[in-house]
Amino acid sequence: MLDKRVPTLAAAVDGVRDGATVLVGGFGNSGVPVELTHALLEQGAKDLTVVTNNAGSGDTDVAALLRERRVRKIICSYPRSKGSIWFEELYRARDIELELVPQGTLSERMRCAGAGLGGFFTPAGADSLLAEGKEVRMIGSRRHVFEGPLRGDVALIKADRADRWGNLTYHSAARNFGPTMAAAADLTVVQVRQFVELGELDPEVVVTPGVFVDRVVRVEPGGGR
Amino acid sequence: MTVPGLSRDDMARRAAQDIPDGSYVNLGIGLPTLVANFVPEGREVIYHSENGILGVGPAPAPGQGDPELINAGKEPVTLLPGGAYFHHTDSFMIMRGGHLDISVLGAFQVGANGDLANWATDDEHFPPAVGGAMDLAVGARRILVLTTHTTSRGEPKLLERCTYPLTAAGVVDRIYTDLAVLDVTPGGLLVRELVDGLTRDGLQQLTGARLRFAEDLRVLAPASSG
Repeated sequence: MLDKRVPTLAAAVDGVRDGATVLVGGFGNSGVPVELTHALLEQGAKDLTVVTNNAGSGDTDVAALLRERRVRKIICSYPRSKGSIWFEELYRARDIELELVPQGTLSERMRCAGAGLGGFFTPAGADSLLAEGKEVRMIGSRRHVFEGPLRGDVALIKADRADRWGNLTYHSAARNFGPTMAAAADLTVVQVRQFVELGELDPEVVVTPGVFVDRVVRVEPGGGR
Repeated sequence: MTVPGLSRDDMARRAAQDIPDGSYVNLGIGLPTLVANFVPEGREVIYHSENGILGVGPAPAPGQGDPELINAGKEPVTLLPGGAYFHHTDSFMIMRGGHLDISVLGAFQVGANGDLANWATDDEHFPPAVGGAMDLAVGARRILVLTTHTTSRGEPKLLERCTYPLTAAGVVDRIYTDLAVLDVTPGGLLVRELVDGLTRDGLQQLTGARLRFAEDLRVLAPASSG
């Protein structure tokens, strides 16, 4: 029987190794798998490369991993957010490596990894410093820069409902990077608000089919913070 | 000399006049976000937010609303009837793939050749942040820039060529400042509207690129039509 549900947050993040590349969903404070990132903090993995849109704010989720010096490198589009104090402190002290990626390129690189593609040419950033050292090609009348796939060892995602096959629905704009990251990691771990019986999710509204998901764990709304 | 510039709201009000009925529009963080407050009555404009929303509505009442439903500036918003959610990769297909009619962006600098710089300065202590700006700048069909004419220290933001790192080259169509409305043309910046109380020479002195003035130069007023 196929059952991807796990009973605890600790079981959800079991086996994440030092040096892993971890894709963390969310945009600002929307769709952030807060409890899973805290479970990863407890689990203790270090020297992580974290791929996430923002660099965390305040003292929770990615910011907590930064504060505890678990992150060697961050790959993101917008690290400069209100309250991103831990990132800024590490950045000024040159204690963290930053790979800045245009947001659409970040998402598309992960899509390529999940889709089994070797990369793509995009006009975004082709005229910028971010294209330095990369292959640039004229396509039509426009410069395009080559960007390769970006794969995670692990993805941590927040969804809304899941069944035991790992089919997922999301809540409003919390969907953001979830569906793309789910396909782009070797181990995809999802926290959800609710488990439902197989067949209860309308197949027309399943956003991420369970084939992309390895573990799902239920987190009580507002719990664990 | 005190320059009689437009307020931030009036800058946004002026840019909003040029958003046609039925447009799909993405508004950048900060000043451009204000444009949504001033689109003239009777026009239906569909706002896109990079985090996967079409049909973005106004902010919810305080204490109301959905904490996960935010715009690119991470501020709470609502979803209008007919609105839709989609994931990030689809959202950037919309942006890069030419499906948006207009993007209104802020700027650190704009070049007379339409180059845009709005993601990094030369301050090493200030981490660069690009977000969706590069995707929008190359993807939206029309790029409008909304910015003050000079920095807070009085330095010009409109230059022959940008000195800060570029977001994208040759993409800007029109610039709305507190002092003027300017088109980027093959011959450089063409002033279409100039605020009352400032001479052509006065505007030129506050600009780092050579200006030309339209034959039918008009007074920049918040609600004048474009």
